[in-house]
Amino acid sequence: MFRESPIIRWRNYSDRYKLRGYKCTKCSATYFEYKGMCPCGNLDFTEIDFSGRGKIAAFTQIHGGPEAFENKTPYCVAVIDLVEGARIEAQVMDCKYEDLKIGTEVEAVFRKFYSSGEKGVIHYGTKFVPKF
Amino acid sequence: MAGIVGWGSYIPKYRIKAETIAEVQNADAAAIKAGLGLTEKSVPGKDEDTATISVHAARDALARAGIDRKQIGSVYVGSESHPYAVKPTASIVGEALDIGNAYMAVDTEFACKAGSATIQINAGLVDSGMIKYGLSIGADTSQAEPGNALEYSAAAGGAAFIVGPNSESVATLDYTCSFTSDTPDFWRRAMQAYPSHAGRFTGEPAYFKHVSSATDMILKKSGAKITDFKYVVFHMPNGKFPLRMAKQFGATKEQIEAGLVVTKIGNTYSGSSILGLASVLDVAKPGDKILVTSYGSGSGSDAFIFTATKKITEAQKKARKVNDYIARKEYITYPQYLKHMEGIHQ
Repeated sequence: MFRESPIIRWRNYSDRYKLRGYKCTKCSATYFEYKGMCPCGNLDFTEIDFSGRGKIAAFTQIHGGPEAFENKTPYCVAVIDLVEGARIEAQVMDCKYEDLKIGTEVEAVFRKFYSSGEKGVIHYGTKFVPKF
Repeated sequence: MAGIVGWGSYIPKYRIKAETIAEVQNADAAAIKAGLGLTEKSVPGKDEDTATISVHAARDALARAGIDRKQIGSVYVGSESHPYAVKPTASIVGEALDIGNAYMAVDTEFACKAGSATIQINAGLVDSGMIKYGLSIGADTSQAEPGNALEYSAAAGGAAFIVGPNSESVATLDYTCSFTSDTPDFWRRAMQAYPSHAGRFTGEPAYFKHVSSATDMILKKSGAKITDFKYVVFHMPNGKFPLRMAKQFGATKEQIEAGLVVTKIGNTYSGSSILGLASVLDVAKPGDKILVTSYGSGSGSDAFIFTATKKITEAQKKARKVNDYIARKEYITYPQYLKHMEGIHQ
């Protein structure tokens, strides 16, 4: 089901639009999603803007996606290790599944996620494409 | 006057050949290619629209400008395929670029010259002291009714320019002027999915009259001769119109070639003439003079004279060039094209 309300996505514009994450002030580990506590035991984080460059750590192809993405199938989804260290899961576009490998260099791009139906808001965010 | 501090471009990866469309439409591909002077066109990815193209081009423009993004005081996005009928593309772009909230923003629309007009607007704002930097964008994922002649040329792409102080410019804006009249050559009514046009009327009293009048006007205003320019860019609805304009003004193949992107990617509408400008900035050397005349149906032409400065050489290395995007391509079939244009799953 599409989310009719645009509010939840709007609250995440910082990380979805700008690829903004968190850096532990003690061990410098970086995270895309907010963590209450770093495995090193520290509770304090600073914000970090990721460069958008990274390498694929794992990937797969989706043939039967959720309603929001059904007109995009088949599409690739990957776990990506950003150069700053954080790991992120994202769609990888403008490529074929056969083109991808573990270690393929990718870069972040600003793309359309989905629309909340014909009358709803269009949701945007960060996806990745193979580096070219 | 103000000038261009940074520029960027973007063209989606996907292409469809004229032959592929002609086969479906039972048309003569050779005649169409000869008539339009182009062989293929760019097609947006399934998750690309005017907002995403704008953000991509603007990020490259920022990389070249090397400025504090929070000092951008305006964002203007020209297009005839804004994602929303009501809700600005410009605010999506501003948010994605993380420029803060202290900026003026509005979307513009004037067929294929909605982007070039934003350069004039920002130049005025910079010169008046109202802003330090302004972001001007022209981008489109242009629509064409299946079977219409426009289907072979209506393409996707865009360019972005940071307009700022003359002293920081990679290309100074020396002169600009416009020629405008109420000429109904091409239009799209509210709620209509595709534009309509007046056939051959789009040529002589529309494109040719306005482009030549604006070009005449700026040559007279500046006192320049066509031979003074290293590069000349005329709006590119197809591959033939700008060549005819070049012939009329005595511009050579060498002057026209660097900006003539239409033959490789089609007409990117609001992105068209300014993608030609971006392509020229990609290769220009300090001191090179550049003449650009856009055209927007309805109708009007904006003419510009730029001079490249010594800052341009370093800026050229900081982001991808138009030719990098042209070279990156993947051909798609007609059914794939319909899916990319959301013609099946609507």
